[in-house]
Amino acid sequence: MSQSYNRGLIEDFSRWREFEAGMWAWIFHKFTGWVLIGYLFTHIAVLSTAIPAADGATMMFQGSQTDVFTGTIVSLEGLLLVRLLEVGLLAVAVFHMLNGTRLLLVDLGVGLEAQDKSFYASLILTGAITVASVPTFIAGAF
Amino acid sequence: MSTQTPKQTDESSETDAETEVPSKGDERRDEKRRRAAEERARRQAEEAEKAAADEETVELKVFRYDPEIEGKQEPRFDTFHVPFTKGMTVLDALMYSRDTYDSSLTFRHSCRQAVCGSDAMFVNGGQKLACKTQISELEEPIRVEPLPHADVEKDLVVDLEHFYDQMEAVEPYFQTNEYPDGELEEQRQTRENREKIKMSTRCIWCSACMSSCNIAAGDNEYLGPAAINKAYRFAMDDREGEEIKQKRLEIIEQEHGVWRCQTQFSCTEVCPKDIPLTEHIQELKREAVKNNLKFW
Ligand code: HEM
Ligand code: SF4
Ligand code: FES
Repeated sequence: MSQSYNRGLIEDFSRWREFEAGMWAWIFHKFTGWVLIGYLFTHIAVLSTAIPAADGATMMFQGSQTDVFTGTIVSLEGLLLVRLLEVGLLAVAVFHMLNGTRLLLVDLGVGLEAQDKSFYASLILTGAITVASVPTFIAGAF
Repeated sequence: MSTQTPKQTDESSETDAETEVPSKGDERRDEKRRRAAEERARRQAEEAEKAAADEETVELKVFRYDPEIEGKQEPRFDTFHVPFTKGMTVLDALMYSRDTYDSSLTFRHSCRQAVCGSDAMFVNGGQKLACKTQISELEEPIRVEPLPHADVEKDLVVDLEHFYDQMEAVEPYFQTNEYPDGELEEQRQTRENREKIKMSTRCIWCSACMSSCNIAAGDNEYLGPAAINKAYRFAMDDREGEEIKQKRLEIIEQEHGVWRCQTQFSCTEVCPKDIPLTEHIQELKREAVKNNLKFW
């Protein structure tokens, strides 16, 4: 490590324009992996409303008493922000799966010469799938 | 000479205020020094002018730093204008700058043909061998910096001691205890085996890969791509025999060995000898797994 003259974070991150495909793939994979973990917890929190719901717990939803599970989910799905986040979640999950598959191939030593192309392919496929999902996720949100 | 901090582009010839009652000798020496400085400034200005007037010049921004000289302890960039000639490399441009503008500009070089490995630098944000990098392929101004993630000694020279330590750690020399039968028999290698290790033998110890590796930057104990490639070169050499291979795999699969690699491919991108470093590291990972898991 540079001690006598520490170029600091600039060395690693302010040069992001010079990053090559493999480095971007690594950063995106880390990021998406941790986003998925984060989502897992919110997912558990929301689904766990099914436990009190099974015991008959209710909440006020659109003027009537609804069980908490249905109420929570339907009210969340009514928020535009949640719909948009779902599109983002899909993008993150799809990229993680595709790039994860790429990494598994890399681990097996398959197609190492095309590692950059397979990363770009993951990105493009992710983009395409995400765009295609928009009508489904956003339907009725407006 | 090396204590001055010359400006390359502006021609500042100081008209000096005379000091009080100097001795005849001092005066003469001062006069001489003054004239030499003027002469140098004139020549440098001339060259700079000529270079700037010349249509084809390249602008170099070169990192300067010298912990031992007061005026240079604060790192800075110096600009050099170098007349472009066909086929000019970054090393050529640096040598021109040193020889024409500032003889204190320091960088390592020797063979000038990409075999000695002494001039790996950070050029326009990438680890490059200066003698193998064509000016015509770079965007201007060309930023030349010392290798990242290494101690800067002076200007473009970095301390490579740590890199050499890692290389030594994998015992980078042929070892065997399996000898051919006849006393004067040669240790033959099959063509296929030679082909297998061919690329890995090309390493010139330039440290570009080590400098580019994000993992090596954060983990000083990580062997790094070059050392692992060196280990590959011998572990895959059939002539070393099974016992030595076991020893080599132990070094390779230690905590700071192959498993640190996150397949970012940075090393493979920068290696001036086109060694498929990531591929070799991945193959050693599989080799290590096969060696430890035995279901069959
Ligand atoms: C088809 C589905 C998936 C595939 C193919 C996949 C693949 C991978 C692979 C190969 C790695 C290792 C990267 C490396 O070599 O360093 C990884 C890392 C990781 N994955 Fe996944 N994964 C999938 C789903 C998930 C899910 C659902 C989650 C979260 C709940 C997740 C969270 C993570 C995390 C946190 C990491 C570590 C990131 C880091 O390096 O810090 N993955 N994934
Ligand atoms: S593997 Fe390539 S980049 Fe690394 S030291 Fe050897 S020649 Fe240089
Ligand atoms: S000067 Fe020898 S490798 Fe560049």
